[in-house]
Amino acid sequence: MRYLPLTQTDRSAMLSVIGADTIDDLFVDVPGEAQLDGPIAGLPYHASEMAVERHMSALAAKNMAAGAGPFFLGCGAYKHHVPASVDHIIQRGEFLTAYTPYQPEIAQGTLQMLFEFQTQVARLFGCDVANASMYDGSTACWEAIVMARRITKRAKAVLSSGLHPHYVSVAQTMAKFTGDVLDTALPTLTPETDADRLLASIDGETSCVVVQYPDILGRIADLSAIAAKAHEHGALLIAVVTEPVALGAIYSPGEMGADIVVGEGQSLGVGLQFGGPYVGLFACKEKFVRQMPGRLCGETVDAEGRRGFVLTLSTREQHIRREKATSNICTNSGLCALAFSIHMTLLGERGLRDLAALNHGLAVQAAERLAGVSGVTLVNDNFFNEFTLKLSKPARPIVRELSHHGILGGVSLVRLYPEAEHLENGLVVAVTETTTAEDVEALAAKLEELLA
Amino acid sequence: MSAVNQSGWRPEMSAAEASAPTTTTGNRALMLEEALIFEIGDTDTTGVDFADAPKVIARLSGLERARKIGIPGLSEPEAVRHYTRLSRQNYGIDLGFFPLGSCTMKHNPRLNEKMARLPGFADVHPMQPVETVQGALAVINELAVWLIKLTGMHGVAMTPKAGAHGELCGILAIKAALEARGDPRTVILVPESAHGTNPATAAFAGFTVENIPATSEGRVDLAALTARLGPDVAGVMITNPNTCGLFERDMRAISDAVHAVGGYVYCDGANFNAIVGRVRPGDLGIDAMHINLHKTFSTPHGGGGPGSGPVVLSEALSPFGPLPFTERHADGGYTLIEEETAGERHPHSFGRMTAFHGQMGMFTRALTYILSHGADGLRQVAEDAVLNANYILRSLENSLEAPFAASGPCMHEALFSDNGMAEGFSTLDIAKGLIDEGFHPMTVYFPLVVHGAILVEPTETESKAALDQFITALRSVADRARAGDASLKSAPHFAPRRRLDETLAARKPVLVWKEPDLAVAAE
Repeated sequence: MRYLPLTQTDRSAMLSVIGADTIDDLFVDVPGEAQLDGPIAGLPYHASEMAVERHMSALAAKNMAAGAGPFFLGCGAYKHHVPASVDHIIQRGEFLTAYTPYQPEIAQGTLQMLFEFQTQVARLFGCDVANASMYDGSTACWEAIVMARRITKRAKAVLSSGLHPHYVSVAQTMAKFTGDVLDTALPTLTPETDADRLLASIDGETSCVVVQYPDILGRIADLSAIAAKAHEHGALLIAVVTEPVALGAIYSPGEMGADIVVGEGQSLGVGLQFGGPYVGLFACKEKFVRQMPGRLCGETVDAEGRRGFVLTLSTREQHIRREKATSNICTNSGLCALAFSIHMTLLGERGLRDLAALNHGLAVQAAERLAGVSGVTLVNDNFFNEFTLKLSKPARPIVRELSHHGILGGVSLVRLYPEAEHLENGLVVAVTETTTAEDVEALAAKLEELLA
Repeated sequence: MSAVNQSGWRPEMSAAEASAPTTTTGNRALMLEEALIFEIGDTDTTGVDFADAPKVIARLSGLERARKIGIPGLSEPEAVRHYTRLSRQNYGIDLGFFPLGSCTMKHNPRLNEKMARLPGFADVHPMQPVETVQGALAVINELAVWLIKLTGMHGVAMTPKAGAHGELCGILAIKAALEARGDPRTVILVPESAHGTNPATAAFAGFTVENIPATSEGRVDLAALTARLGPDVAGVMITNPNTCGLFERDMRAISDAVHAVGGYVYCDGANFNAIVGRVRPGDLGIDAMHINLHKTFSTPHGGGGPGSGPVVLSEALSPFGPLPFTERHADGGYTLIEEETAGERHPHSFGRMTAFHGQMGMFTRALTYILSHGADGLRQVAEDAVLNANYILRSLENSLEAPFAASGPCMHEALFSDNGMAEGFSTLDIAKGLIDEGFHPMTVYFPLVVHGAILVEPTETESKAALDQFITALRSVADRARAGDASLKSAPHFAPRRRLDETLAARKPVLVWKEPDLAVAAE
């Protein structure tokens, strides 16, 4: 077995040092009836690298890769070009095969990177501080709701109808067990967000308002009024960003008054990967830092006075506080945070703005082209790189039919909202720097045909 | 025993180090200092080229950014150098022995990385029509079948994102099962040797946590546990093999006692590496157990994740597991059971724990690892892991106090204490001394049941020569601690940084970089 260095000679020599006759002597504490006397039946034996590669490649070949044809899916996961150097660097063994940096003297690489990542995320979101990452956007979102409850000592959260339905589901799952009260609603195919509903719902019982920016239909709304109303009533504004590239083009939620900004960092560096692993981003105002979940990296000095970095404020965390911790999160998404940070460093502010402008420009052109197809109406007045189309027919069979022609045409809203008949004809289309004019033309032509 | 060093180096050569000159740059040959991107980058510099954006009338709701964000960029060569330099200040398994107890830092096969990067897995969107992702669903399903068979359980929830998320999944399944039978219970029992995530998880799900003591031999006190059981106990969370490195001999009796009062048994599967292929948790009466794919099944830990924590479930808890999951049809095709179809197929699910379908990139790696080993190889994994740990235990029990050495063989990890060190010397000094010797330290001060715990988990991917070198080094460092060698108090001497001031970091937290003049103004 190529991964096991011990030889039979080694094993015998070691058993004799231990004073055991056979390996079975080391398992004496396992009751006999629970011991298996040989390899588990019905499972294959070990295989060569070549054989495993053949098997896995055959499975991979059964999937339609996003890069194989015109591709327009978004809704919380976006296809962006990742520079080649990102994947090269994250595969360096010193990053890939390191553990959580509990021994800071020999983990400065990871720690300095996390400090840089925290600063990048805080600045991107317009917040004072950010943590060292969460599992993904959806779990970051419910941790933010829980954090708001801790801060305000109130249990009612008002969720925008424009919040990703999976994020809503995750919050609902947790609320069932924790007693949080969630005020939720379904989106409608209108150019306006539900800002009015949110403003009307905020009262003295509200712990937080949760708004996605841009929202699940791609719409963008100024958050200032909601922030002001929330603050007036002692509630917090939580903003959720599932497409961080957008913030290269528009103001960040923090700049509009959000108290906690969370997000999905997948767009930068991470890739689609069928939904995971991704990287949760979590930032907030400085005054709330001790209520934050997750790991934090902080600057300090070593015994010779040189700058160095350590994990800090661990008195919030489970390994110290046990049942009194702010969260149970332990392992987070360090390597994806590294990928995000490298991609962001390669872009820099200038590259991020160029990338955002390119995404928006191509999306505007695509929206105009697709809106010209008979049977298609553009729902959005405004959007970044993702918009919603209302088709003259149910979207789900159309998406399936498009895929038969090699086009991955978008996300049909019924996939996300199976019960909502009023969303049946809704199709969310994302356009990024990877989308070509030919891709848009292919989608437009096929839609024309299928909707005729 | 093989030589500790084969390069011709002799201990007296160390004396030359002390008189080494200082350098102008602070660099020391291959050990290079590296500034922050905020100090070397510039907001107008970029390492990525784009086509010009088409000229369009913006539809951004009037929120076009005018102010700066303040994110510096680097050209590609500068960026590659920045991160390469940082990487060299890190210790990883690729570099050397990493015996972090309860963390299972084993070799990460590169075939796993290659397979996860096949475009058919890496470049697939989670919301694509299921007809276009049959291979991805097959991977999830195939891995699920392996996990079920290896554990002897009934079902598996694949979506939890890491170990603690898996714990939450198991505890929520227990809570949902109790609610479904109209029997809300409030207490979860946790042994005092448990990992901190266990009590944190139970508390997060709204349970009251009560500690169960350990016996003097390092196992759960069965009598104390059974005495506490009653109609208010929802369940127990037990780590087996436990964090003292011992198999809980009474596991079946514990399970039976908990079941007899209507509770459920959660097993923390962090230490599954010790028993994979030799013992099935399902045969011990376990109702739920998470499996850290980033431990037992070799997906890389990445400096703090991403992990993946699928949870195997008993027949009693399976109906309550989270969405989504895959289902295989007789014709060989796969469906994804999501909200849309859950009503008929999985009506009792407690809901969704995360967006999308779990850590696909980790599933691909873990399945690759499992197929490489097969049923026979995985059994050998457990045996070699346990053999290596016992070899360390017996080789060092005369140098370090091993409080449970008389309790029988250890499983995958060997536990020592810092009793017997000179006044003022403790586990921390031993750990830092090991850094100078070129090793990543073991887990320290955990579990809490032992004074100055030193928890060594070698894993099966270490050679005997590597173990021998570590044993020699740890023995010499322990000797120095026992003798009160002052130079050990200031170790490490040869790492990129000396001991770091953690008190300062916590007292005046600096969590983001600020321009120097702004930082001063804020004081």
